[in-house]
Formats: sequence, structure tokens, C-alpha cells
Amino acid sequence: MVELLVFGVMALVAIGSALAMLLSRNTVHAALFLVMNFVTVSLIYLILGAPFIALAQISVYAGAIMILFLFVIMLLGSEKLPAAEPLRAHRPLALLVGLIFLAELAMAVTYRAGIIVAPPAPTDTFTSPAALGLALFHSYALPFEITSIILLAALVGAVLLTKKEPKV
Amino acid sequence: MEFSSPFPLIPWAVFIPLIGLGINLFFGRYLGEKGSGWLATLAAGLSFALSVWIAIALAANPVPLVATLAPWFSIGTFTVQWAFRIDTLSVLMMLVVTGVGTLIHVYSIGYMHDDVRHNGDPSRYPRFFVYLNLFIAAMLVLVTANNYLMLFVGWEGVGLCSYLLIGFWYEKGAEGLGNARAAKKAFLVNRIGDFGLLIALFLLFGAFGSLDFDTIFGHASQASQALVLAVTLFMLLAVTGKSAQLPLYVWLPDAMAGPTPVSALIHAATMVTAGVYLIARSQALFVAAPVAGQVTAWLGALTALFAATIALAQSDIKKVLAYSTISQLGFMVAAVGMGAVVAGMFHLATHAFFKALLFLGAGSVILGMERGHEAGHTEGHEDDFDPQDMRTMGGLFRRMPVTAGVYCVAALSLAGIVPLAGFFSKDEILAFAQQGNFAIFIVLAIAAFLTAFYITRQVAMVFFGVPRSEAASAATESNSLILVPLVILAALTLLGGEINLPGSVPLEHWLSHTLTQMNTVEFSLSVAAISTLIALVGIGAAWLMYSRKSLATAQARDPLDVNLHWLFLGMQHKWWVDEIYGFLVVKPYTWMSGALASYFDQGLIDGIVNGVGKINLWLASVWRKLQNGYVRSYALIFLTGVAAIILYVVFK
Amino acid sequence: MVPVTYYLALSAVLFVIGALGVVLRRNAIVIFMSLELMFNAANLLFIAFAAYYQNISGQIIVFFVMAVSATEVAVGLALLVAIFRAKQSIDVDQVSSLKG
Repeated sequence: MVELLVFGVMALVAIGSALAMLLSRNTVHAALFLVMNFVTVSLIYLILGAPFIALAQISVYAGAIMILFLFVIMLLGSEKLPAAEPLRAHRPLALLVGLIFLAELAMAVTYRAGIIVAPPAPTDTFTSPAALGLALFHSYALPFEITSIILLAALVGAVLLTKKEPKV
Repeated sequence: MEFSSPFPLIPWAVFIPLIGLGINLFFGRYLGEKGSGWLATLAAGLSFALSVWIAIALAANPVPLVATLAPWFSIGTFTVQWAFRIDTLSVLMMLVVTGVGTLIHVYSIGYMHDDVRHNGDPSRYPRFFVYLNLFIAAMLVLVTANNYLMLFVGWEGVGLCSYLLIGFWYEKGAEGLGNARAAKKAFLVNRIGDFGLLIALFLLFGAFGSLDFDTIFGHASQASQALVLAVTLFMLLAVTGKSAQLPLYVWLPDAMAGPTPVSALIHAATMVTAGVYLIARSQALFVAAPVAGQVTAWLGALTALFAATIALAQSDIKKVLAYSTISQLGFMVAAVGMGAVVAGMFHLATHAFFKALLFLGAGSVILGMERGHEAGHTEGHEDDFDPQDMRTMGGLFRRMPVTAGVYCVAALSLAGIVPLAGFFSKDEILAFAQQGNFAIFIVLAIAAFLTAFYITRQVAMVFFGVPRSEAASAATESNSLILVPLVILAALTLLGGEINLPGSVPLEHWLSHTLTQMNTVEFSLSVAAISTLIALVGIGAAWLMYSRKSLATAQARDPLDVNLHWLFLGMQHKWWVDEIYGFLVVKPYTWMSGALASYFDQGLIDGIVNGVGKINLWLASVWRKLQNGYVRSYALIFLTGVAAIILYVVFK
Repeated sequence: MVPVTYYLALSAVLFVIGALGVVLRRNAIVIFMSLELMFNAANLLFIAFAAYYQNISGQIIVFFVMAVSATEVAVGLALLVAIFRAKQSIDVDQVSSLKG
């Protein structure tokens, strides 16, 4: 019962902040709403028995990625874009497609998910970071290493892309 | 190659003219006039020599033989081969074609030398001989074919050569187009006949499963009556086209637009006789369908009479001879229609001699008139001088004696005066008609009278009386290259009667080895007397009318015009047949093709094709708007696609 | 005792909101943030099923997704900076020269 209540509140906050991010005109406000969304979802992860992921969410997403966003916002200046919309039929169409999408997912959930059972209570062996670490380095060692290469590539790429062109 | 028998060399009769034309085609301009002309003559002459040798060898052993050259094609059980049939009938035709052909080649060397200068294009000289050799080759393919398909190849080949040669001076003629129009007319009218022959071939194939002569003639009596009747009537349509009978004769007078040797060779002596040969060869079929024979005989007789009436009132020397050819072909067609194949072939041979002689003589007269005209007017040609108009001629006997002499021999032969060749052959036809078909005999007798009349009229107008123009009074005799073939043909005309003289009848014996039914009659003195009487009356009447001073000037009215004004008008205008055809057939056809071209072809079909293009362009312009450059709309499209896929997955 | 379907529904709603954000907003930075939202929704789904099936692989996948999305954000923002230098604007509608 309590869990349901907590989940409900978290869900509402998550959806609310997501909508606020979508609708806010000020870019910095949008970033901050997104941070709220990440934190809320992180709490939901905790309920679901993934403490390591929850904290990783906060530190990586909310902590690093959003900081990156805020830096770029600072660099580029969140300008006020002109209100006129060049593509007139765009907004209604997009809303329509979104609604259809939502309806489909709802239908998929109702008709396909025949399980209305709660997940079992989290146990220590399942939720502990030790278990995660063991699985990571036992079965998923290769993706781990490859991810490090991806990170390196991203690093190099980011530097290269923002280099100023040498004056000829 | 063993030289004891000529039979292995049979295909060479066709190949030698083809080689000749090939050399003339590629190297003609380097050979010069003498070179190309004599080369072509040599080719034709070698074919003639080969034909003579084959004839001699065949006489020793007159059994028909078939020499297969190569297979042509084979579809299922239907096989057609390039096979030459050597029997007495085909050898007779070969001799006539190559013999008269060689003489005309010699004549052409001299004639075309003058003609290309008169028409202003000396470089076209070799082309004439290319076409002449092609004609000889095609005609030989026609007469030596062993199956109807090969015969059809030759049939079409001679039609092509006729077109090429009539339109030889394609940029000349009335309005700069006249010769080309005449060539086109000949080809189109012949096409109608060829359609008939094709239908006949289809029917034959359907009934007999093969187009070989032996197969068809062997089983002719077993096929259904209706089918054989249909086949023979369609063949008759082809004959009316190629041999210029009613109703498809209209191309032959227009074909006189070609050079005179062409008129002599193709439109008098050889090509037009292909129809007669076809009927003679298909005798087995015509025997199995007697109705067709009757129709053919009446068609021939009526054509003979009709054409003779038109010839009475023509003023162009070659047109008289053209209508005379149609009339004499009518005699031949009537003969083979009645079943008298020997008489028909006899007249074919003699007619080749004297009609070729008449045409070549007319050519000599035309050249003489042109020389006279050029001698009188040294500053250039007047365009309205027509060297072929008989009303400006006259008294040429004194100026061109040799030409006049041989021409008179030929004229007497045409009229049918004993002992010339024409008498014997025409008499045989008349005798056969009198015994079997009295009505046809009457028609042919009247036609014979008119024949004698119009040819005497022509001789009197051209050679006797007083010259009616400067050109006629200044005309000169032609050179020996032209005169020698004329003299040879005159000798053949004098002696040609020997071919089938009553009593010894060598032609009858010759053809008896090939023909299945020999319909001949004994020589009948009464018929001979009647026909001679008719001829003499005709000659006398014409002589009285035309040799007196009634035709003193070129503008004087024709004596026939004075006496029979309305009839003369009709005859002079060819009974308005061309105009009637134009109104009934040509006009609706051109209207229909114009309507089809504009509404159907340009409107509908072009509309559809262009419409496809236009629709494509329109569709493209619609789709183009999708690429508006905005990333957001692309993203929306992605989203829509994903939604669609999920829709599919959910509802599966 | 929260049924799995609730988590699914939440994830779906977050995903759709993110998708609409990508399509509707013209500010490039906000588009990126909406992308992050979509990733987030997917992560939520993975964790929910990991918990339901008691299978640790779901969490590991989320681990990797986080790492890679970090790199993607880095590179994407670098691109954005480069475009800003050329166009002097972060409006994605300005990047529309390839029109048909």
C-alpha cells in the first residue's frame, strides 16, 4: 500500500516535470526540470531494487550530463526563438501521432501483459552492487572494454569537432 | 565440275546476275558506262547461255527434275527449301526472260547513254543496270521455284524491281513527283494482288500442310471443292494485279513513266507475264475448280476488249503500247482460263518478241524526236515539248527507215497477219475459244479487230503522212547499239511462228511433258480466215482514216474524234477509271488515315504516352514537397513510421 | 505490490513525451534533452523487468546505456557548438538548406 502511494507520487512528479520540460520557454528551466525528472526516476529505481543504478543515475545523468548541458547553454546563450512556426501543420500532426502512439502502447500493455503481479521483494543477493559487479566482470567483460573505447572515441571526437579551423 | 550436264549449275542462273549487280553496285562508278553496261549484259547473257544449255539437256530427257540448293526453314512438320524446278514449262519461261532480257540489256547501253544526258545525271547510269540484273535474278527465282513460297519471293522481288525502275528518275515527272507517284501506285496496286496470293498460300498450307508443287498438285483432286475454288480465285486476284487485268490494271499505263527499256522488259515481255505463268503452273488447281477457270477466261476477255477501246484514243506513243499490253495479256489470261495452256504460253512467247520490239522501237523513235528537237533548238529545251506525243510526229519513215521497218513488222504481228508469229498464237487462242466458249470468241474477235485498228493508227500517225513538227522533220536514225537488238527481235517475230506451227506443233510436244491436261485444238481454216479478215478490215479502216491529209497539223482533230465524239472522249479519258477509283477508294482511305492520324494517333496514343510522363512529373512535384529541409518534419516521419510498425506488431 | 504494468505505463508516457519534445521543439538543446528523456524511459523499463524476472542483465544493460548516452551527449553537444559557430543560432529550422 505504501509502495503504491510512493510510486504514485513519484510517477506524477516524473510526468509533471517531463511535461514542464517540454513546455518551458526558458532553456535553463527546461534543464532543471529534467534534473528533477532524473532524480524522481532514480528514486523509482530504488523501489525496484537497483540501488547502484539509482545512484549511478544521479551521478552520471543528473550530475555529469546535465552539467554538460548547462555549460553549453551558458556558451550558446539560450536565445528566445521567434514565435512564428514555419511548419504550420506540424504541431497538430505531431500531437496526433503522439496520441496514436500512446494509444497503441496502452493497448499493447492491456492486451499483451497478462501478468498483474507485483515483483517479489528485493533480496540482498539480487540488489547488491557486488552482484552487479560480479555479473559485469564475469559475463559482460567485453562490452565493458568496448564501452571504454567508445568513451575514448567520444572524447577525441568532441575535441576535434570544436577545434577552431586554422587560418589559411 | 563436270561439264556433261548443266543441271548442277542451275542455281548459277540466279547467282550470275546477282554477282553482276553486286559488282556494279560497289564498283560501277569506276567501270565507266561501257564497263558497267557490258558487265550487266554479260551476266544476263551467261544466264541465257545456261538456260539454252539446260533446255538442250532437258530436250534429250524431258523429265522434270528438282535441284535443291539449301533448306530455308523448318517449323514443326512444315519445311520449305530453296529448290529449283527444271521442267519444260519453267525452261520455256527462262529462255524468254533471259533471251529478251539480254537483248534489252544491249539496247539499254545505247539508250541510257542518251537518256542520262537528257535528264542530267550521268552518274546514275550504273544504277540502272544494277536494277536490271536484280530483275533478271528475281524473275528467274519466280519461274524456277519449286514451291509457292519461293515463287512468292520472286513475285515480290520483281514487284520491287518494277518500283525501283519506274521511279528511276524519281525527281522528274509532273510537279517533280510524277515518276515517284507512278512507282508508288504500281507498288500499292500490286500489293492488293499480293494480298490475294498470300491468302491463297495460307489456304493451301492449311489444306495440304505444305507449299511444294508436287505435294499440292498430287492431292489437288482430293481437296474440298470450295477450298480449291477459294484458292484459285485469290490467285486470280494476284494475277489481276501483276498481269494488269481488270480491276487492278491501273498501274501499268502510269508505269510508262519509267525509261523505255524498262517498259519493254518488265511491263511488256516478262514481269507482267508472271500471272499467266502462275495460272499455267497451277493448272491442276484450276482444273479442279472449273468455275474459277470460267471467271478467269471472262475476266481476260473483257480486259482485252476494254483496254483495246482505250488504246484507240491515246495520243502518247507509249500509252498506246501499254494498253495494248493489257489487252494482249487479257488474251493470254483468257486462254489459260479456258484451259488452253499451250496456246496461252505460245502467245506469251510471241508477245514478248513483238511487244518488246514495239517498245524498243518506240524508244528509238523517242530518241530520234529528241535529237531532232535538240538540233532545231540550239539554245535549250522547251519544257512543253513532249517527244512521246504522236500528234507531233509523222513522216518518220523517211527519217528513220530501219526503225520504221522493224516497227511495221511488229505491228503486223500484233495485228495477226500471216506468216508472222502473232498470227499463229492469236489464232490458236481464237480457235480454242470458238470451239468451247463462243461468247468469249466473239469478245476476243472484236478485241482483235480493235487491236489491228489501233496499231495501224499508231503506225500511220508516227511513220507516215507529213511531219507535224520541227522535231519530226529533223529526227535522225539511232545508232547500231539500239538497232541491232531491234533487228534481232524482228527476226524472232518473223520466225516465231515456228515455235508452235500447226502440224508439227513443237511447243505442244515440249509442254506435254509438264502439263497434266493438254487442251489443244486442231488448226481450223475457218477461224484462221475469219481472224485474218478481221485484221485486214481493221488495218484497212485505220489506214483510210489516218494516212490521208486529215492529220496535217499537230492541232488537227483526230478523225475518230470527228466521227465518234462522245465515245472518243470516254476512250481518251480511259473511261475515267482512275478518277472513279480515286473517288471511291483513295479519298475515303486518305480521309480515314488522316482522321486516325490526328485523333487516334496524335490525340489518344500520344496523349496516353505523354500523359504517363505528365503524371510522373506531377507525382514527383507532389513528393518533392516532402523534402522540405526541416529536420523536425523528418523526425515526425520517423515517429509515424515507428507508430505504424508498432501498430502492426500489436495487432498481429 | 505495484504491478509491472504500472511501470510500463509510466515508461510509455515518458517516452511519448520525449518523442514529442524531439519533434515539436526548435531549440536544439531542448531536443537533446528530450532524447535523454527517451533514454530514461527505456532504462526504466529495463530495470522494471530486471526486477520482475530477477535477472541482473537488465541492470547491466542500463549501466551500458548510461555510459553510451553520456558519450553521445558529449559528441552531440560538440556538434551543436560547431553548428552554432556557422549559423550563429541554435534553431534547427535554420539548418534546412537541403530542401527539394
